Amino acid sequence: MSRQDALVTADWAEENLDANGVVFVEVDEDTSAYDGGHIPGAVKIDWRTELQDQVRRDFVDKAGFEKLLSSKGISNDDTVVLYGGNNNWFAAYAYWYFKLYGHTAVKLLDGGRKKWELDGRKLDTAVPERPQTTYTAQEQDLSIRAFRDEVVDAIGSKNLVDVRSPDEFSGKLLAPAHLPQEQAQRGGHIPGALNVPWSKAANEDGTFKSDDELRKLYEAEGLDSSRSTIAYCRIGERSSHSWFALHELLGESDVKNYDGSWTEYGSLIGVPVELGDGKS
Amino acid sequence: MCGAPEQTAEIPAGVDLTKESVLVGKVTNGGSPVGGAYVRLLDGTGEFTAEVVSSATGDYRFFAAPGSWTVRALSRSGNGQADVAVQGPGLYTTEVPVG
Repeated sequence: MSRQDALVTADWAEENLDANGVVFVEVDEDTSAYDGGHIPGAVKIDWRTELQDQVRRDFVDKAGFEKLLSSKGISNDDTVVLYGGNNNWFAAYAYWYFKLYGHTAVKLLDGGRKKWELDGRKLDTAVPERPQTTYTAQEQDLSIRAFRDEVVDAIGSKNLVDVRSPDEFSGKLLAPAHLPQEQAQRGGHIPGALNVPWSKAANEDGTFKSDDELRKLYEAEGLDSSRSTIAYCRIGERSSHSWFALHELLGESDVKNYDGSWTEYGSLIGVPVELGDGKS
Repeated sequence: MCGAPEQTAEIPAGVDLTKESVLVGKVTNGGSPVGGAYVRLLDGTGEFTAEVVSSATGDYRFFAAPGSWTVRALSRSGNGQADVAVQGPGLYTTEVPVG
């Protein structure tokens, strides 16, 4: 994997809006953003109602993903270009999710919706009609998904990268500062985790930092490249963004996203939790 | 879940201003509200903390711990920022001019 394989620029996107075999997909934290205007020709996937099982806390299964992509008119050989608001948090999450189910050609639009809007590029409210396809997914690629027992076992042996804000990491806050603090679980972080907020991997306009900057960032924070890495946040979307930087841009070989993240770990009985900034 | 609530001038029900510090205000350009601006909350060291998009009336809202904060706005009509010192629980209203 490299930057060229995984990221496209806004200029590239604009030139390829009508290209055959390229499907733009908006996945947004604010699931109504698409309706107010989206990249012309883009379809929408709702991360909450379409990517999550609506009963258990888990993803839709393989058959569910096949049904979803077929209904969106996405074929196995289409190049899917994902973008979204909030610095591509949920687009990166969808990127990881598409990789999990084995879609080969998937890319992220660098800067997402923010850069597109700040550049003053065209938005459209027309919803495209794409004919139904017969999409076939692979079994989940569990080499990129971590579960809770594996995370507990990783304490002291793998890089654990907590990509939440410093106040969430230290236990002062249970959610990002723009959200009400309604959760009931314990605050803190997994012992030994490095705190490398996702935002350090991004520029102000939402684009990713350069490979050199990213490499220096993780090195300076103490990431040991000879070890495997598990990234987590609160619900697994910001950590998809950092997983993307580490695995897709920097090409680190064994990087998993722990989608259970703090809302799961911080609710488990009996697991170790550390408070503070992790530096003392 | 993680969906940012709609940014409005009104504080959502259930927020206790005797316990939480809430930063609110408008992004403005020449005194007129700027909707659709990307409003970033930066901590005392200039590090990113959170981001919201201002409403059609230019409003933004953050929940923050006591400390020094900078509210920085990016918009098609320019960027700008303002500093806020949060001493404790309550409502902190700050206008952020861009241009």
